[in-house]
Amino acid sequence: MFAGRHIISTREFSKDEIDHILKVAERLEPYALGKEKARLLAGRLFAMLFFEPSTRTRLSFEAAAKRLGGSTIGFSSTESTSAAKGESLADTVRVLSGYADALIIRHPREGAARFAARHSRVPVINAGDGAGHHPTQTLLDLYTLRKECGLEGVRIALVGDLKYGRTVHSLAYALALYEAEMFMVSPPQLRMPGHIITDLVQMGVHVHESQSLQEVMGEVDAIYLTRIQRERFPDPTEYQRVAGSYRLTASMLQHASPRTIVMHPLPRVDEIAPDVDSTPHARYFEQSSYGVPVRMALLCLLTGVIE
Amino acid sequence: MSGAVHELKVKRIESGTVIDHIPPGQALNVLKILGIGGGSDAVVSMVMNVESCKGPGRKDIVKIENRELAPSELDQIALIAPDATVNIIRDYTVVEKHKVVLPKMAVGVLRCANPNCISNTSEPIASEFVVESTHPVVVRCVYCERKLSGNLADHLL
Repeated sequence: MFAGRHIISTREFSKDEIDHILKVAERLEPYALGKEKARLLAGRLFAMLFFEPSTRTRLSFEAAAKRLGGSTIGFSSTESTSAAKGESLADTVRVLSGYADALIIRHPREGAARFAARHSRVPVINAGDGAGHHPTQTLLDLYTLRKECGLEGVRIALVGDLKYGRTVHSLAYALALYEAEMFMVSPPQLRMPGHIITDLVQMGVHVHESQSLQEVMGEVDAIYLTRIQRERFPDPTEYQRVAGSYRLTASMLQHASPRTIVMHPLPRVDEIAPDVDSTPHARYFEQSSYGVPVRMALLCLLTGVIE
Repeated sequence: MSGAVHELKVKRIESGTVIDHIPPGQALNVLKILGIGGGSDAVVSMVMNVESCKGPGRKDIVKIENRELAPSELDQIALIAPDATVNIIRDYTVVEKHKVVLPKMAVGVLRCANPNCISNTSEPIASEFVVESTHPVVVRCVYCERKLSGNLADHLL
């Protein structure tokens, strides 16, 4: 079902396909945690083309490959590569697809991964293309929900920068497949784009919009916070005011159900106060660690090691 | 053919292609899509903003002599002239007449409106759009997925 396939956007996957990836990830979790050893990817080589800096995504792909006996090559900035000499992305991809079993690519331009896939002889995994897609983040978010609070029919608050945040856009579309009820919480200038709301409603999603996190706190199974970027606000005092009003603290969570979980794609800046870390609600570090089994699953599926 | 109005403006052609019912002001853009510009040796005549005999309003007409353009070449103009008709002329007679049909894909015709799209770089890449709706025309970039609608003539390459 997956061998040889490119992973560009989660919107190209059916619910059954996503479920299959998540189930394979679950089987691989003991290996991701180092509790069990296996060399499923022994002899497999993955090329990491990171034209933009990344910590979690790049290192969790490397961990996924190496924990299962695979190897990685690649670069994590363009300075030391032939791209700095003016080589096209198309040529870089053609060359590296002759070296490796799959390419994992992050690039600052939207559509770069799809373009790369057209020039690659091996599967391409999109590890983030500008403000476009970041499918492996969406998959690990779905995996977290599935593990930590149940995915089918989940009631979730998406909070923060819903206008520019690529992770929440991809996540919202994927959650629509699971009949989620969504509470969009953002300042007015960072609302979820109208065309996405329209798409979601057409897909049968119950969408609520609010400016207040407190208002929806008691309604949801999961709170998914995102970073509000300073550069979106011409006026720094306006930024301070808005960012402050979406800062989650442990005392605010007293109004939430004891089972409500808090997620964040990380890095956080000040969206979540450190006192939330020790509450039973916090799941963002688990969420981050689930990146490894999910990426293991993708590497195994694309190389045909697991069907 | 559309009667006396344009016959007064531009003479009939012996053979070639006549594109009629182009929205007023779009004749030059039609030629642009067809790749007929200053460097071309095609004999072209056009009228702009003539009254349409089919109803109220105005239209443009383009006549290309001694060239019979293929439907695949012509259908791309439906992006900006969805109601255009094409007449193939031989020996002063219309031997074929059909309406343009919007293709499923528009390749190398439009520029993506997203400046950060990979298609707006020096990569060896032709812009590529999927036609999502025909009335009105809405297209979506296959690379960055940005939609274009409204006056697509503003986005011609």
